[in-house]
Amino acid sequence: MTATRIIIGAEKLPVGSIGASAPGWWGIITGIVTEAALFGYLLFSYVYLAAQPHMSAWPSEPPSLSLAAPNTVILLLSSVAVWIGERAVRQNKPRMQLIGLSAGTLLGLIFVGVQLIEWKSKPFTLASGPYGSLFFTITGFHMAHVIAGLLMLTALIAWSYLNYFDETRHAAISVGAIYWHFVDAVWLAVFFTLYLTPYMSA
Amino acid sequence: MRSHPRYPSSAVPALPWLAALLYSTAARADAPLGYLSGNGPRNVNHLTWGLLIISILVFVIVIAILLIALWRGWWQPKITFPGTAPVYDPPGGVRAIYAGLVLSVLVLFGVTVWTVATIASISSPPQKPRLTIEVTARLWWWDVRYLSDDPAQTFTTANEIHIPVGEPVSFVLKSPGVIHSFWVPKLTGKTDLIPGQTNVTWLQADSPGIYRGQCAEYCGLQHAHMGMEVIASQRPRFVEWRRKQLLPAQTPTAETAKMGRAVFMQRCSICHTVRGTPAGGVIGPDLTHLMSRRTLAAATLPNRPGFLSGWIADPQHIKPGAKMPMASLSGPELNQVRDYLQTLQ
Amino acid sequence: MSDADYFRAPVLANDTQALRRRLENTWEGEPGIRGWLSTVDHKTLGIRYIVTAFVFLALGGIEALIMRLQLAQPNQSLLSPEQYNELFSIHGITMILWYALPILTGFSVYLQPLILGTRDMAMPRLNAFTYWVFLFSGAFLYTSFLVGAAPNAGWFNYVPLSSQASDPGFNIDFYAFANILLGISTTLSSINFIVTILSMRAPGMSINRMPIMSWGTLTVSVGSVLSVPAVSLAFFLLWLDRRFGTQFFKPESGGHPLLWQHLFWMWGHPWVYIIVLPALSMVSQALPVLCRRPLAGFSLVALATVLTMMLGYGVWLHHMFATGLPNISLGFFSAVSIVIAIPSGVALFAWLATIWSGRPVFTTSFLYFAGFIVVFVIGGLSGFMTGSVPADWQLHDTYFVVAHIHYVLIGWNLFPVLGALYFWFPKMSGRLLDERLGKWSFWLTFLGINLAFFPMHLLGLRGMPRRIYTYPPDMGWDTINLIVTTGAFALAVGLLLTLVNVVLSLRRGVLAGPNPWDGDGLDWSVPSPPPPYNFAVIPMIASRTPLWERPLSHSYELSSLTYGYALDQGKEALSTTTLDALPKAIVKMPEDSLAPFLLSVVLTILFAALMIQSWWLVILGGVVGLAITVGWLWPRRKLAQTAGTLP
Repeated sequence: MTATRIIIGAEKLPVGSIGASAPGWWGIITGIVTEAALFGYLLFSYVYLAAQPHMSAWPSEPPSLSLAAPNTVILLLSSVAVWIGERAVRQNKPRMQLIGLSAGTLLGLIFVGVQLIEWKSKPFTLASGPYGSLFFTITGFHMAHVIAGLLMLTALIAWSYLNYFDETRHAAISVGAIYWHFVDAVWLAVFFTLYLTPYMSA
Repeated sequence: MRSHPRYPSSAVPALPWLAALLYSTAARADAPLGYLSGNGPRNVNHLTWGLLIISILVFVIVIAILLIALWRGWWQPKITFPGTAPVYDPPGGVRAIYAGLVLSVLVLFGVTVWTVATIASISSPPQKPRLTIEVTARLWWWDVRYLSDDPAQTFTTANEIHIPVGEPVSFVLKSPGVIHSFWVPKLTGKTDLIPGQTNVTWLQADSPGIYRGQCAEYCGLQHAHMGMEVIASQRPRFVEWRRKQLLPAQTPTAETAKMGRAVFMQRCSICHTVRGTPAGGVIGPDLTHLMSRRTLAAATLPNRPGFLSGWIADPQHIKPGAKMPMASLSGPELNQVRDYLQTLQ
Repeated sequence: MSDADYFRAPVLANDTQALRRRLENTWEGEPGIRGWLSTVDHKTLGIRYIVTAFVFLALGGIEALIMRLQLAQPNQSLLSPEQYNELFSIHGITMILWYALPILTGFSVYLQPLILGTRDMAMPRLNAFTYWVFLFSGAFLYTSFLVGAAPNAGWFNYVPLSSQASDPGFNIDFYAFANILLGISTTLSSINFIVTILSMRAPGMSINRMPIMSWGTLTVSVGSVLSVPAVSLAFFLLWLDRRFGTQFFKPESGGHPLLWQHLFWMWGHPWVYIIVLPALSMVSQALPVLCRRPLAGFSLVALATVLTMMLGYGVWLHHMFATGLPNISLGFFSAVSIVIAIPSGVALFAWLATIWSGRPVFTTSFLYFAGFIVVFVIGGLSGFMTGSVPADWQLHDTYFVVAHIHYVLIGWNLFPVLGALYFWFPKMSGRLLDERLGKWSFWLTFLGINLAFFPMHLLGLRGMPRRIYTYPPDMGWDTINLIVTTGAFALAVGLLLTLVNVVLSLRRGVLAGPNPWDGDGLDWSVPSPPPPYNFAVIPMIASRTPLWERPLSHSYELSSLTYGYALDQGKEALSTTTLDALPKAIVKMPEDSLAPFLLSVVLTILFAALMIQSWWLVILGGVVGLAITVGWLWPRRKLAQTAGTLP
């Protein structure tokens, strides 16, 4: 058996940050996994303390959905807008790209505003008991992630305005978009656990 | 560069030494907190010994294989580095791995079954306990309350727990401050005392004796000096002890003791209780029958006059950080207090 | 805008002097202080990680020696209880967090690109950032010592002992912020490893041809990504409880102290596998070379590594067996804790089979690996014993566990690290470590660990509890403690000899050449030390042991090591597909940059500001940090991140 030297030829390869071959893409996916784990541990803490006996400090009424439910819709819509913006850059439609990203950012800002109003309306505080501590810490962590996402989107809007991206090179937009969708998905998990499960056991 | 160091066979000569050391570890007199000996239905030293022996056997077998492998390699033609050397690809390595796997699965499965069976067998006492003792962990001593359906039969003591031989005793464990752990090695394994939670455990002594215990969860500055003694005696003696513990403190007759009582009420009653007197403090241990105990300061000092004086004069010297402050008593006051305390039989 | 900007067919070329000179020009870093602060070369950063981790080892070791002086005899007063409590706490913290993983990160940062056949890690600036954050987080922690407020509630920091009521000073806050800061470094370096190992391997290095050491690093990187958030969250919630009046852990108002233990150990148990599995995989990588045969049961070992990590998520409750759990929990977690010995056993049998059927060469590194097997077995067996709940109820919180943890930490981490040091030092420095000094160091270290820690099993069986600053006489502990202290000093001297060896050999060691051990991996195909670009041409891989293909004659094809992709149009590397390692893209690598260093300084100041609650400084730090981050991430033409001709 004669052995020959292996040769692995390559046709034209993409250069640089193109789609899923960008290190940044892999990086944000792994980053999302770690942040998802963080929220997993936050929700674990909530469930653990909720399951403790003698929970005199736990509210007997489920939390109000009047602000949180529409706010969830707003956040979902912002994800749709960002998705539209990302799709537009892939189709080389710069105006749609800007509109999508900007609409997503605006809706995200509205989400933050509505949630701040909701926070102020709560009868408990961060320090008033374990429920208050959990509620504000969990939704607070989420809001921090939203704000980080808004900062990312702002940078993406600025760079889009400066025509940095086109249909082939736009890895930064894909990275920002997937992060934003993650923030949305986590909100669904938080909303379900904090707002909906109390109705299920009522 | 050539490499030929020598290899003493380490395992075999070590075995007799190891055996001797283990035997002495088991003997109670040698190690009051040792748990390779002990008695009672909650004692699991059969399991502990079993795991130890399995471990030693596995160690001997694996190290023998290693030493033989090294010995075989030793006699191969020597290779010098830096340089090149032949490369081999002998067969059969995977089979050895499978063999080891099968053996380890069998042993580990057996141990798992033994473990689960043991957990089941020691989790409940053989009969319903007649006696329940509530232990509250304080910094850094044990607040012991003997419970009873009849309130007149309940009483409080500290650090020294008496139990009757041959019956299970239930323990209710609480802690208002930090986490501690209740451990009397020769009778039972550890159960934590956790703020916000009440844990329950039980133990039983099958022969009379003094069984030392200690806090087994790091709890701050004087974790090292938070010991206790569990004294098991035949039921009649236990009943007699309990009868005496229920009595209030005697009134002293000697002059110095009377003066000591007055000083005590002024300076010590804020923290300590002596039943039958105005002293009702609950921050420190109940001293009503202090002299009935063998030790002081949570099994840190023997209960003798010199140690008692030294403890009262400067607790911080013996247990730095303890919650008992220096009382700043004058020499005569110290003697008087000590004389008073010595009447608390 | 032509296609040429976006797509290119990479040129295949021979490894020539002309090519090397071009690449050297492109890849050499900036000189001077600026270069030192801005380098992104993984080899420099890897060595920095290793040196810094060894400094923390020395600090932790000194703390241990002082404690051992206090405990050599009963009732000593060399240390006050507070001093002792701070020492044992910071000893554990330093060793488990600031030494044990960073040393392995350092070896991996240095070696992964070399053994995978690529030019650097996937994200070189992130690599630099994670090093600086690691360094500054350790400095932050040790500042606590300087101000007399070192952590004092143990490395596991249980509440309520670490709550504000029990521990009002800054001690615990220092620990909390240093821990979270280090967690950022750990998470980001794990992400870097995952991306590098899964997308930057040389063409032809399909997943089954990947070196075993990459399996180890990849496994624990995924493990870290999933578990580190638990401890970061625990410390964050503790900070809120301590300083903002929240009620997570306070039982008076419905919180629960055990929530801390759950969160902590849900990280803590996976962590102890994270700090040993890469070390074990270094043994699996190097031992076969010293036995002149490929690793026996390679696939089994790779799978066992992954399985151990996975099972490691299902055992955390075994740290809490005494907390009053229901029998069903006790049974389940005890069973998994016993069963996790099975995959560890696979690796052990593989090493024994490799030595038995191979031709061992008794170099110092081999001695460390052989000695490692002895301490590995002892550590594993004492762990197996504590896995059984009723036995654990006696062994827990006694010196038996102290013996166990030191055998697994020194045995499963430090011994492989020392063996790896003797094995890879020639690659890093170009010189061999002295063999005679090495053998003395091995025997003294081996004697030291066994003299210091074997008797601790007996101390534990005789009931000596952990974390006590002194003990009374007549407990049966006196003589053994004296032996232990002697052993600790012997161990220290053994390690010191290795340090002396390193210092002397850097100047006077025998020149090593590219492949002193006639090894099998790609790391031995480059000069010692390697040039900044690692490989002049990207090799193409046909087997698991590229340099041993001719003697082993396994494969029908041979790896191509001197003819491959030149990728010399600037700083470039090749990314390949995950499973089959087919060429996927040409990756543009960044130049040296000050951003990682500056951002890590700002981040550390931000954390200090949070700790002292200086909110203006927090806001300032946040703004400056944000600006640096935006600058760092600004799309650049040179990195091919922008469209067409824009900057």
